[in-house]
Amino acid sequence: MNRRPWVLGGVAGLVFLFLYAPIAWLAVVSFNDSRSLSRITGLSGRWYGELFEDSRVLESLALTLRLALASAVIATVIGTLAAFGLRKAFPGRSLWTVLLSLPLVVPEVVMGVALLGFCVKLAGIPLGFGALLFAHVAFSLSFVVVVVRSRVAGMDSRMEEAAADLGASPLTAFRTVTLPLVAPAVLAGAAFAFLLSFDDVVISSYLTGVGSTTLPVFVYAQASKRGISPEIVALSTLMVTATTALLLAGVLIASWRARRAGQAAALVSA
Amino acid sequence: MASCAFVSRSRWLKANGLLLPTGVWLGIFLIAPLALVVQFSFATRDTGVARAVLPWTTQAYLTALNPAFLPIFLRTLAYAFATTALCLLLGFPLAWFIARHGGRFRTVLLVAVLIPFWSSYLARIYAWKALLDGDGLVNQLLGVVGLDRSGGFLLTHSAVVLGLTYGFLPFMVLPLYVACERFDHRLVEASFDLGHGRVSTFFRIVLPGVFSGVLAGSLLVLVPAAGDFVTPRLLGGVGQSTFGSVIDDQFRGGNNWPLGSAMAVLLLLLVVAVLVLRGRRGEDVL
Repeated sequence: MNRRPWVLGGVAGLVFLFLYAPIAWLAVVSFNDSRSLSRITGLSGRWYGELFEDSRVLESLALTLRLALASAVIATVIGTLAAFGLRKAFPGRSLWTVLLSLPLVVPEVVMGVALLGFCVKLAGIPLGFGALLFAHVAFSLSFVVVVVRSRVAGMDSRMEEAAADLGASPLTAFRTVTLPLVAPAVLAGAAFAFLLSFDDVVISSYLTGVGSTTLPVFVYAQASKRGISPEIVALSTLMVTATTALLLAGVLIASWRARRAGQAAALVSA
Repeated sequence: MASCAFVSRSRWLKANGLLLPTGVWLGIFLIAPLALVVQFSFATRDTGVARAVLPWTTQAYLTALNPAFLPIFLRTLAYAFATTALCLLLGFPLAWFIARHGGRFRTVLLVAVLIPFWSSYLARIYAWKALLDGDGLVNQLLGVVGLDRSGGFLLTHSAVVLGLTYGFLPFMVLPLYVACERFDHRLVEASFDLGHGRVSTFFRIVLPGVFSGVLAGSLLVLVPAAGDFVTPRLLGGVGQSTFGSVIDDQFRGGNNWPLGSAMAVLLLLLVVAVLVLRGRRGEDVL
């Protein structure tokens, strides 16, 4: 099995094709001359032009970005704290893990209607940015905890003990030893939370108020009436391009730093 | 758990202190709303904006369990299980390949699994809509070998399962990857050395070894697939309503909150059933 990965590689390649075909098609169609998403009639960049002139799209894009940023920051901060809280065994830990796995497994539609009922009938929270923020943190929190916790669990606690032995205060040890070790996972968790918030349709669709429509909800409302507009296809293409560039840069920087750290470690052990 | 008796009180306090913000947030914005849904499900239909929902009744459950809803319930389950099976079938070779043969490109390959999901969810569904359309690319390519279908593949069960699989595949690949990476590959070699064939090795060694990942991934795909209503609505059309879309209708259009709540509770019971079946296996991966 190990010596002949070609068959397996071929299957993996087909799965990647499956993952990328629709995205590639979107990119092609975003330069289409007509509104059709299935037939290419000619090439033009008009949809990109119209995208930057459509104030409704730009307004809801700005709102969605603000919301995703705010909820990612809150979810990352309190989720990272929780991941550290779960580090060592204590009575009641399994209860906490059950609570934290709930947002991962409760269907979105159930969470959406529950939050709608809660905001409208019980808590008196007006629908709009606030309600959306509360909800988005609630459903992205667990993903942050899962990602950070896996890193915290695999961490060598002797590093921190060494720092303490060398006279570092707990705060200094955390800042200079622990935090750099978990930073990649914290960043990954934050990116995950951002993405979940940025792309959420179902839960947000129950909680948007007048004048605070997120982009996915705006697109859904528009799409169910008269199909998706080519501007949105152009926007999606821009987003995938931007995030691919950012992620690639991140991976390259991380591997470069890892190689340098590897060289340093080799020097020390030699 | 034996060490628990010796765990100092300060460690317990510290852990709970760190978990407190998360606990408060989830308590208010998850547990309280879900409890409210349970309460709603036993209420009398609330026609106006009035808050009074008494008297308590099980009418909503009787309506929800009406045989008229049975086809919808079964269709939802069929979609969810077919999606989970297809995600496993596609996700396992991919996760195994990245974990075993990814080498130093592992991170890049894992990121590559996630990149398509940075485009809008709806745009992706519409891309499939365009591809599966009567004059779409899939039909044209199949036309070359004479397998095309007039009108394309939209509004079919396969279109819905395909769309759901596409939407939830990363949730399967990530936990599977974690399990595959942890799996000690020497076990496979030992099994070969002891004379087991590929099939026997797969079912006796590999599958049990990565089972926690299979469970975690299946759970993360099955439940959202059972609740999703956007994909079935856009790719399956009006005739393919699912449990999720019926719940949505009760809250958005039909204004029968108790019925919608009762159905939401039934969906939650499915979640609980899956969680109980899973037990503690796979807890470390999720």
